Amino acid sequence: MYLLEVRDLTKHFGGIRAIEEVRFRAREGSITSVIGPNGAGKTTLFNCLTGITRPTKGVVSFLNNEITGIKPDKAVKLGISRTFQNIRLFREMSVLENVMVSQHCRTRSGLLSAIIKNKAFKNEEQAIREKALEYLELVGLENYSDTVSGNLPYGSQKRLEIARAVATEPRLILLDEPTAGMNPQETAEMMGLIRKLRELGKTVILIEHDMKVVMGISENIVVLDHGVKIAEGTPEEIKRNPLVIEAYLGKEH
Amino acid sequence: MLPIYTYLIFSVLKPLLFLLKSSVFVQQVINGLTVGGVYALIALGYTMVYGILELINFAHGEIYMLGAYLGIIFLGFFTAIGLTSFSLPLSLFLAFILSIIFCSSYGYTMEKIAYKPLRNAPRLSPLISAIGVSIFLQNYVMLTQGATDKVFPHIVENAGLEIGGVSVTYIQLFIITVSVLMMLSLHIFITRTRMGKAMRAVAQDKTMASLVGINIDTVISVTFVIGSGLAAVAGLMVASYYGLVNYSIGYIAGIKAFTAAVLGGIGSIPGAMFGGIFLGLIESLSAAYISPEYKDAYAFIILIIILLIKPSGLFGKSQEEKV
Repeated sequence: MYLLEVRDLTKHFGGIRAIEEVRFRAREGSITSVIGPNGAGKTTLFNCLTGITRPTKGVVSFLNNEITGIKPDKAVKLGISRTFQNIRLFREMSVLENVMVSQHCRTRSGLLSAIIKNKAFKNEEQAIREKALEYLELVGLENYSDTVSGNLPYGSQKRLEIARAVATEPRLILLDEPTAGMNPQETAEMMGLIRKLRELGKTVILIEHDMKVVMGISENIVVLDHGVKIAEGTPEEIKRNPLVIEAYLGKEH
Repeated sequence: MLPIYTYLIFSVLKPLLFLLKSSVFVQQVINGLTVGGVYALIALGYTMVYGILELINFAHGEIYMLGAYLGIIFLGFFTAIGLTSFSLPLSLFLAFILSIIFCSSYGYTMEKIAYKPLRNAPRLSPLISAIGVSIFLQNYVMLTQGATDKVFPHIVENAGLEIGGVSVTYIQLFIITVSVLMMLSLHIFITRTRMGKAMRAVAQDKTMASLVGINIDTVISVTFVIGSGLAAVAGLMVASYYGLVNYSIGYIAGIKAFTAAVLGGIGSIPGAMFGGIFLGLIESLSAAYISPEYKDAYAFIILIIILLIKPSGLFGKSQEEKV
């Protein structure tokens, strides 16, 4: 079953064609990588999928429902969440609060019960706290719950972003360069974490430059160049594809 | 040499120490806390809206003015139907609640009509829109309520306590207590509740907040509703303190509260609380010890000095460039 289906997705910024008629599908429970040289339109694609930018043309459908141009908070409620290439934590909040704030879209208690603090609210708040700690455990940050998130080391901040994304209880997680700037050991840990996400039943789409990561964990790879999809296939197929080699290394003379 | 210096120092310090010990000082501190509490309540509205939208809501002072008028109207009505003679605390309580509800709806509507359509416009546009709302509300009140001063119904006795030459009226005590209570509840709301958490998240990164499922529009509306509610309380309390109200009081109070918010570091909630109280204290102390004619000038002199030393305000963080 396909969780996400993108058809003829196009985004123009004035005269710039950021992405042009891109189409691909992501199977439920799979790991898909989107690769391509800088400026290929990978992040624009993510922005169109999560409602940050409205596509010029084309269709995004999630669970067989069209969601093109949906608002970000609605997309989250449907089950799509993402991380960013440059870290965007709520830097002044604690690690635990960062994760707790993500779960509010899944809870019911409104403003009134927060003021009168009835029993249902307290139980729910307790449940949120416990769940948030579980998510922190998933990424190995359970001992830092009270640290101000801006003070965490870089690798931990990246992992916290993933915990926060998972806390919205998504079915689809979009990771924008999860291993950028990491050392080999941190990269290996991140690959383990991404595999763990799939074991939890999440569908993962990632933008990645590290070919070891891409070839190591993806089932399907989508290659973009100048906004156009030039190839799609398994890691083996992509490695041999002359168009991909040309896009990365230039034409042979 | 030394004795001359000691003589000089003592000749300056002695009268100063005397002043500090005297009851005048305590009296002025109490007056300052009263006015400062009110400034702080209004300043919170400025700072909360700025924190979330980076908009200086120039119409916020008008909401405070509306709060004062609504208080007079409701209390006048309660007096007419005899509720005030039946139970004064109940009618005051009702007047507060009704003013809060009305002002919050004004604040909510103002955001929807004047600011929301301009959310993605250049930053100057909503600022001009805010000035427009401010002028509109002033004239609206002037036309419907008249251009002359309105008198607050004389229902609360101007009595008070007299301790060691310091007199504290019940109204002053009431204002100080209510301001502190409102600030405490706001603090709990912001730090403990999920809506408070959502507000902090939106203030730090709007896009990211929407990507963890927070509805930005709701958070912005709640911000305006809370800010306006606080301004309503401030307006009603000032009306009962000074006894007179007219359609232009929002302007000066707005400028003062805005100053307080900048003093504390605009965008910072503790900053607005501190800035308001600090401004009130400076005003009343300088009025007593230097000269009352220039009390506004001293407040602004202090503001300029503080901003020269710490441009982001006392509690403000130095702005990092967003990438």
